[in-house]
Amino acid sequence: MTSQYYVPPTSKWPIIAVVVLGSTAVGAGALMSYGSGLPFLLAGLVGIAFVMYGWFRDVVNESMGGLYDSQMDRSFRQGMGWFIFSEVMFFAAFFGALFYIRVFALPWLDGQGAKGITALLWPDFSASWPLMQTPDPSIGGPQAIINPWTLPLINTLLLVSSSVTLTIAHHALKAGERVKLRNWLIATLVLGLVFLVIQGIEYVEAWTQLGLTLQAGIYGSTFFLLTGFHGLHVTIGAIVLAVLLVRVLKGHFSADNHFAFEAGAWYWHFVDVVWIGLFLFVYVF
Amino acid sequence: MASETSQATLHSSVSDVAAGGAAHASHGPTGLLRWLVTTNHKEIGSLYLIFSLVMLFIGGSMALVIRAELFQPGMQYVQPEFFNQMTTMHGLIMVFGAIMPAFVGLANWMIPMQIGAPDMALPRLNNFSFWLLPVAFGILLSTLFMEGGGPNFGWTFYAPLSTTFAPPSTSFFIMSIHLAGISSILGAINIIATILNLRTPGMRLMDMSLFVWTWLITAFLLIAVMPVLAGVVTMMLMDINFGTSFFDAAGGGDPVLFQHLFWFFGHPEVYIMILPAFGIVSLIVPTFARKRLFGYASMVYATASIALLSFVVWAHHMFTVGLPLTAELFFMYSTMLIAVPTGVKVFNWIATLFRGSITFEVPMLFALGFIVMFTIGGLSGVMLAIVPADFQYHDTYFVVAHFHYVLVPGALFAIMAAVYFWLPKWTGHYASETLGKWHFWLSVIGVNLTFFPMHFSGLAGMPRRIPDYALQFADFNMISSIGGFLFGFSQLIFVWVVIKAVRGGRKAPAKAWEGAEGLEWTVPSPAPLHTFDTPPAYDPQTDSPSRH
Amino acid sequence: SSINTSSGFNMPPGVTEISREVYSLHMTILWICVAIAVVVFGVMFYSLIVYRKSKGAKPAHFHENTTVEIIWTAVPLVILVLMAVPATATLKKMYDTSDAELDVLVTGYQWRWRYEYLEEDVSFFSNLATPREQIYEAEEKGDFYLVEVDEPMVVPTGVKVRLLLTANDVIHSWWVPDLAVKKDAIPGFINETWFKVDEPGIYRGQCAELCGRDHAFMPIEVKAVSPDEYQLWLASRREAAEAEVAGADREWSLDELMERGAGTYNTYCAACHQPQGQGLPPMFPALAGVGMSVDPDGLRAHKEIVLYGKTGTAMPAFGSTLSAAELAAVITYERNAWGNDTGDLIQPSAIRAMLESQ
Ligand code: HEA
Ligand code: HEA
Ligand code: CUA
Ligand SMILES: [Cu+2]
Repeated sequence: MTSQYYVPPTSKWPIIAVVVLGSTAVGAGALMSYGSGLPFLLAGLVGIAFVMYGWFRDVVNESMGGLYDSQMDRSFRQGMGWFIFSEVMFFAAFFGALFYIRVFALPWLDGQGAKGITALLWPDFSASWPLMQTPDPSIGGPQAIINPWTLPLINTLLLVSSSVTLTIAHHALKAGERVKLRNWLIATLVLGLVFLVIQGIEYVEAWTQLGLTLQAGIYGSTFFLLTGFHGLHVTIGAIVLAVLLVRVLKGHFSADNHFAFEAGAWYWHFVDVVWIGLFLFVYVF
Repeated sequence: MASETSQATLHSSVSDVAAGGAAHASHGPTGLLRWLVTTNHKEIGSLYLIFSLVMLFIGGSMALVIRAELFQPGMQYVQPEFFNQMTTMHGLIMVFGAIMPAFVGLANWMIPMQIGAPDMALPRLNNFSFWLLPVAFGILLSTLFMEGGGPNFGWTFYAPLSTTFAPPSTSFFIMSIHLAGISSILGAINIIATILNLRTPGMRLMDMSLFVWTWLITAFLLIAVMPVLAGVVTMMLMDINFGTSFFDAAGGGDPVLFQHLFWFFGHPEVYIMILPAFGIVSLIVPTFARKRLFGYASMVYATASIALLSFVVWAHHMFTVGLPLTAELFFMYSTMLIAVPTGVKVFNWIATLFRGSITFEVPMLFALGFIVMFTIGGLSGVMLAIVPADFQYHDTYFVVAHFHYVLVPGALFAIMAAVYFWLPKWTGHYASETLGKWHFWLSVIGVNLTFFPMHFSGLAGMPRRIPDYALQFADFNMISSIGGFLFGFSQLIFVWVVIKAVRGGRKAPAKAWEGAEGLEWTVPSPAPLHTFDTPPAYDPQTDSPSRH
Repeated sequence: SSINTSSGFNMPPGVTEISREVYSLHMTILWICVAIAVVVFGVMFYSLIVYRKSKGAKPAHFHENTTVEIIWTAVPLVILVLMAVPATATLKKMYDTSDAELDVLVTGYQWRWRYEYLEEDVSFFSNLATPREQIYEAEEKGDFYLVEVDEPMVVPTGVKVRLLLTANDVIHSWWVPDLAVKKDAIPGFINETWFKVDEPGIYRGQCAELCGRDHAFMPIEVKAVSPDEYQLWLASRREAAEAEVAGADREWSLDELMERGAGTYNTYCAACHQPQGQGLPPMFPALAGVGMSVDPDGLRAHKEIVLYGKTGTAMPAFGSTLSAAELAAVITYERNAWGNDTGDLIQPSAIRAMLESQ
């Protein structure tokens, strides 16, 4: 289809999205800087949900209305692909920080390597990972850490299997087997939700029993940074899966035209891969 | 799949989908609302350009506050804490508010026209990307009026000055960086999708204009590094508000970690501000030399090499933080290497001029000014890369001189060149040649008066980011300040030229410049709101800039 | 009058072997860059002049020439290698801190430097000596405006001095152009560098990393003296320190404390809390007329915050760096100056007792 381009019409959603995102930013900024602004933050968050619903509904309707050609489809695909790449770089920054701390900063503080003279400032400090005792003892480390072979291992199995179930669902979609599609998608969503519940249990335990908090030195900092942003992404992924499920129930998607489904699946697999990295470098090693 | 019900909701949806696919007729809201909801690449391009011009004047006014205070030794007009806010805001606004949005504006206007596309690939996202910017910068500017003042820790906001010792408004600053970052990432995604998907049939990648090529690579850089910036400000936010220890040795963190993350973003960022400029100059020079660009392919490869190298040179901003020797050597060598592909570019432009048939219209003047003064800035960059010497240069006005040469008569001149080059296409009128020439020559004099003496004050030992200085730097500073005001006020001519051209002037034909090539010159001047409803014919044999 | 050996527009050759090497490296690259610029701009301007359309120039049609392209890739590469060789050699020397004969721990504070001679039991702060009146145009500026300190760092000539650099609050950078030393002082970490001066003299520099509002006002003065003179200086420093400690043995009068306190306040506190105690809220609270410094029950809190600082803010702990007399004087001053008039009189002995009980 090269004879006529499809150009989407003007839309009010983007500007509404700007307003609600701006409100969220102002609310969050004010809350953190000056301790007020919660209404803006809440209104913004509700607004974001509203915009997502409205904007995507329009896109879905246009797609279902047959307005999109293969070119539009490719644009969406690439948009999603590059968006995931940007997310990869976001996590790369955090993993980079983790490696830098472990490979360079802590040994230096302990008197090893090129800047080992630093130990003069922290005579009693000895580096280890997980870091249970911070250079300045008044900050303090966690009393204990999460054993990777308990809940985290279960979570790993959950997420890996959820990637498998999602792939099965995808194949079912391509084969036109709608019931199978629905069931495996539900399974995926359930696995994701159970993951989140377990992660929540783990957090409560870490915070209340292990002394593993955001304030527990660099171990607590990196632990919550990485698992926290991952958890946030699982949450978003789960919402996406839920939306996909609703659309499947409504009869959306065809065997050869189901970009939204694929985009959701890419995202889910991405979140899964990040978890593997987390499991290895935050929990195990 | 298109059921009755979904068709029904289609019509009631908020975005006014026109019936029957005649979606690109110009219709819908008028007045201010039209600009708020527009999805047209030309309108959004204009919004970006206007926004960046406003930011240039705001950021420039801050530079003039700096220059006024530095006119002579002693504290005269502002307090040190306000001076620091001016320095910080000037840097942030110029980088994120003036230069980057200007290039995005040019991309919006020109990329679809140069590749034969009807619009950007994701037009609604495009609107979203733009309108995030005024919000982001509104928030940023509002911090100046908050209790404790705005950001005062330099545009590089090193921890812990920007965390434990920062003013309370810092969380707002972080939010505004996040919004600007989202805008950039989404804008870049849009540009890549446009370039890769919407080229007119027959146009291969190696047939694209160099402006499109440089933007493709720039967009890739943006998507790769803006998230890292988002990551590092998030870590700052947590150190400030949630008691984490990322940048605090007492808890096992390291302030230098901040710098590694920042410059992993920051160095590619400076190439983000120059690669599209290279693209612009690569179009203008052949046009007014009436001769094909000497080496199209090598320009593409050089751009790609610069982009790839830019990921492994970041620590040249950190030579004095006490990196291990091997790291210093690695980053020195990798940084020096960038001179090679950049040299290839400069040599290509000059080889294009050689035995051309050259005229000096205003766009060409700015492009030539770019080549000379960017090269001066590039050469001082190579000096900065030499570690033992950088120990003396670092954090002095020598660095300030370096980066203003690559940014002001570099990036900014390229933007001016582009505006003069494409104004006839945008407005249907040529810009005034006389005023343009005044603008150019006053700018050249002003910019060199401002920034050349900074090499000397820097070498003689003047640190940057200081509101007051020892007596021996007085003369150079006085010259810089006079130059700064001259340059700044010369930009009012530019504004006047643009306004005049929008309102009228000598009419331009479709092909506004004798030597111009490319699809944008095949559509009428001014370009209609919608160009290329259907893909234009394109024959690589005759139309490609790389044709043999 | 220049603050260093600089000609006023170029890098100073400096006074150490390393600084002279850095200077010649700088000049070498500079001239290479000038040469490149001359060649490149030469060809460019030649083309611009000769191939003007107005002079009837007709465009040629050549493009792409592999030989030329290889040359203009290879030649710059060779030039860069030629630059890298001496740069690498010099850098290696600068990184070699071995065999130093004197170790000085230098700590950056907002906004002053502290020098601790590790084997000598000597330590002191070094503050900007330029009076405020000169900065705010009330007085004629002196020759060494902004590059003069109350207590210079003194080093013996002919001795390899190793600096151990760190900071107490934010990042600072210790820079003396004549020594070709610039190294960041990073809180929680130590950086090493070194220099060896042969000629006696005073070498001036400044903090070179943005460190807050008074970044422009934290100069460095290194005074190189003969080894004998250096020994005398050490002895006099030790003596002064002992006298300072002994100050806590006796009773001080209010006037004495106020006078001493005013000096200490203006040197250490005024940058943030301002000369009239009005502060710069919200970062730096006011002391005049409000808060613990006028609260009759606030004395204990007042002493604690001055001695131990307040974590998470810019308020440093002065207990380990100022003498008991200075601490007592400054607290007394803050409680009685600017109309605070609490009448509280804090004796150095009380502060010493407090510090010893810690
Ligand atoms: C558009 C922006 C831009 C560009 C293009 C560049 C280009 C370069 N920059 Fe610059 N730089 C900045 C913006 C930019 N820079 C900014 C903003 C800062 C300061 C940030 C801050 O601290 O606030 C900075 C700081 C900075 C530093 C840190 C200085 C310090 O703080 O101590 C260094 C050090 O290596 C450096 C090096 C270089 C080099 C080697 C190039 C090279 O890419 C230049 C290559 C070009 C040429 C060399 C000229 C043409 C080539 C030839 C004619 C071929 C022949 C040449 C040779 C063989 C030498 N830059
Ligand atoms: C990105 C582009 C960019 C541009 C275009 C500029 C433009 C200018 N810059 Fe900037 N500069 C930076 C980027 C840029 N700068 C950065 C990144 C820093 C580092 C910040 C840091 O250290 O953190 C810096 C730092 C910096 C310093 C050092 C400050 C310090 O260390 O304390 C100085 C000092 O002179 C300076 C001067 C100028 C001047 C005179 C201009 C001139 O070109 C400006 C010209 C002025 C105008 C274009 C405005 C004209 C205004 C009027 C005519 C008034 C009329 C007003 C209205 C109608 C509203 N800049
Ligand atoms: Cu200390 Cu700047
Ligand atoms: Cu750089």
